[in-house]
Amino acid sequence: MYDTLIQMLDATVRVSAPLILAALAGLFSERAGIVDISLEGKILGSAFAAAAASAVFGSAWIGLIFGIIASVALALIHGFACITHRGDHIVSGVAINTIVAGLTVTLGLHWFNMGGQTPALSGDQRFLDITLPFAHAMQNVPVIGQIYSNLISGHNILVYLAFVMVPVTYWIVYKTRFGLRLRAVGENPHAVDTAGISVTWLRYRAVMMCGILCGVAGAYLSTAHNAGFLKNMSAGQGYMALAALIFGKWRPVPVMFACLLFGFLNAVAVRLQGVIIPGVGEVPVQAIESLPYVLTILLLAGFIGKAVGPKAVGRPYVKERA
Amino acid sequence: MINTTIPYAIELRDISKRFGTVQANKDICLQVPKGSIHGIIGENGAGKSTLMSIIYGFYAADTGHIEVDGEIVDIRTSQDAINAGIGMVHQHFMLVENFTVLENVMLGAEGGALLRKGVSKARAELKRLASQYSLEIDVDAVVEELPVGLQQRVEILKALYRGARILILDEPTGVLTPQEADHLFRILHSLKEKGVTVLLITHKLREILASTDNVSVMRQGEMVAHRETSKTNKEELAELMVGKKVRLTVNKEEAKPGKVVLSAKHLSQLDSQGVKRLKDVSLELRAGEILGVAGVSGNGQSELLNVLSGITVMSEGEIHFAGEVISASAPKNAAQMRDMGMAHVPEDRHKMGLVTGFEAYESAILGYHNSPVYNGKFLMNRKVMLDECSERMAAWDVRPPNPYLKTANFSGGNQQKIVIAREVEQNPDVLLIGQPTRGVDIGAIENIHEQIVSLRDAGKAILLVSVELDEIMALSDRILVMFDGAVVGELEAKDANERVLGLMMANSYSDDPQGEPA
Repeated sequence: MYDTLIQMLDATVRVSAPLILAALAGLFSERAGIVDISLEGKILGSAFAAAAASAVFGSAWIGLIFGIIASVALALIHGFACITHRGDHIVSGVAINTIVAGLTVTLGLHWFNMGGQTPALSGDQRFLDITLPFAHAMQNVPVIGQIYSNLISGHNILVYLAFVMVPVTYWIVYKTRFGLRLRAVGENPHAVDTAGISVTWLRYRAVMMCGILCGVAGAYLSTAHNAGFLKNMSAGQGYMALAALIFGKWRPVPVMFACLLFGFLNAVAVRLQGVIIPGVGEVPVQAIESLPYVLTILLLAGFIGKAVGPKAVGRPYVKERA
Repeated sequence: MINTTIPYAIELRDISKRFGTVQANKDICLQVPKGSIHGIIGENGAGKSTLMSIIYGFYAADTGHIEVDGEIVDIRTSQDAINAGIGMVHQHFMLVENFTVLENVMLGAEGGALLRKGVSKARAELKRLASQYSLEIDVDAVVEELPVGLQQRVEILKALYRGARILILDEPTGVLTPQEADHLFRILHSLKEKGVTVLLITHKLREILASTDNVSVMRQGEMVAHRETSKTNKEELAELMVGKKVRLTVNKEEAKPGKVVLSAKHLSQLDSQGVKRLKDVSLELRAGEILGVAGVSGNGQSELLNVLSGITVMSEGEIHFAGEVISASAPKNAAQMRDMGMAHVPEDRHKMGLVTGFEAYESAILGYHNSPVYNGKFLMNRKVMLDECSERMAAWDVRPPNPYLKTANFSGGNQQKIVIAREVEQNPDVLLIGQPTRGVDIGAIENIHEQIVSLRDAGKAILLVSVELDEIMALSDRILVMFDGAVVGELEAKDANERVLGLMMANSYSDDPQGEPA
């Protein structure tokens, strides 16, 4: 029983890592006032770019860099539409998601001729699991040993990065000048403008931060969690991250816990696949998988606390007489 | 009056700014001596806010330049203005509401990439400012939980924290209670004593006279006069502000008022911020008379029109009209009011009267578009709409008489005729008209005025809201004067003149010893 729990928590950590990265990415964007439904597209674009570059250059690290470049480029397109041209954030986001879904497969077919996939990655082409010091030695220590050697140790570097990014994001958002301005511009861009700060440049920096983190999330999917790119492999994780962002009320630490909760529900769903409970029949896995969204809707409807987002989110900034 | 050897704190030379076809500022010159409180007064729309936005780097002026302490400064952004020592307290506060006072003050002047060092410096500096200028405030309070008076104090502190030596306040008392306003003026005086130059933008004469050293008057985008406050008076300022215009004459006979068709009792209206914009307004409107509502714009006239026409629901009070009692608990919307026989020519024809992207014949039926006259079984009857529009265009001399022309392509006067024709031709019992001749050329004004009078003679009840005193005096049979949301005076048209109305509009009629009606 204890082993099963550890296994499920281990799976939770693996599933949650990209969610955390993407949700933190969304946090930077939305805190600056830019709605980012294109987290999904950025993750997928980065997953493809990372897998492709890793296959070609034989290094997961080069793959990661390409993933980040692709994701930042998409973020800049979103910024160009929403910030510079004051377009509708949702429309721009949906457009990016649609384009990326098609483009990755098309380019994959053209470059690799493998039905839209990239070649299977192995060795240095992937981020492999790291065994932390003393993991083997600790294995037999009761309770703690299991937690250390199976839950904490044995993940790839991007998982650790995802969890490190939580306090880092907290620190950036609450302890730095950039963070103060970031929070302000999502609440009242007029106040930022009259304080002599460029709203445009600030928001561009925010979407670039968003692009970088989505890039890492995408690379994780194709070069760490899996061994190559598969068509539509992001599978709605961008949307799930957005839900976690709202569920965590746009704050880094609660967002992480929301991601872990959603990841855990996912692990439960996988675990219960095909399990038959007497009297009930087969466990409705889809019901569990939809829980994150249901919970988010309940939250937004005001049943679980109150979710108040940045006030100016989604609204283009037009300089005008006060 | 002005000492030429000391450079001015701020000097404007020939500032002009145009937005599309609107000349918002024209050749503005202004000199403000150091350490003085300088008032800039003018009606809403006179160009005061535009001018201040130019000084604060929000807009670039088309021509002219700005000097601070005798040196030309190039102000392109708010940052430039801040660097030049200019601080601004905006009419609508530029505060991040869920930030603390401290965070709001630091925003843009954090003192380093990390906040920690700046925070302790800001605390110390705020403490110093607070004691120096008696601007005490709890720096850790969240701004949205503070009363508006204190929020404004945060804005002042923000400017001072950035080292402002010139402080601009745009309509600072609009949201304040009288007590808070008094406190503000005490603060401004203590700032002045410490050498800060204050520019006070307002349309309230009392504030200007009570607190400034010099005053400049703006009207229709131009600076029309500069006065030493001690050498002028309410009367002169009111006249300068409103302007002496060519007297309009309208041939009309004595009104023959009939029965009361609409009566409003104790109407009050709160805006979204909870400020009372309409205060206990009661009025009676009789058939066959024109009731004029005078006042400096922004004193509740728009709210009155909105409540009477059913666009907004009153907070308190009731309206008796067409045998019904309309109140907050039994409201009627604008469409229902129309059905009951009330027509409304809104103040802002572009925002509320017309859809500028529509063709004329479409704009000509707005508000009545569900009427069976214009509708077939499924589709609208275009032929009826077009024929009617052509007829009206001929009758009202709309030029060009082309029902297919886009509404936006008509001149202001012709657009207004389309709106007035639409409302009048429905043969309403009550007609509300807001600013009937704003932005309309002289010829069209005459035409519109004649139509309004003939409507009165046909026994309609007309409520006319206008900021043009001449128009009010020329058309009205009875005049109400509004100030700060309340009716402060009522007089027969024959007793009205510019001086009396001007004083009433500034709400200083009763405390003027010579204030007997002439």
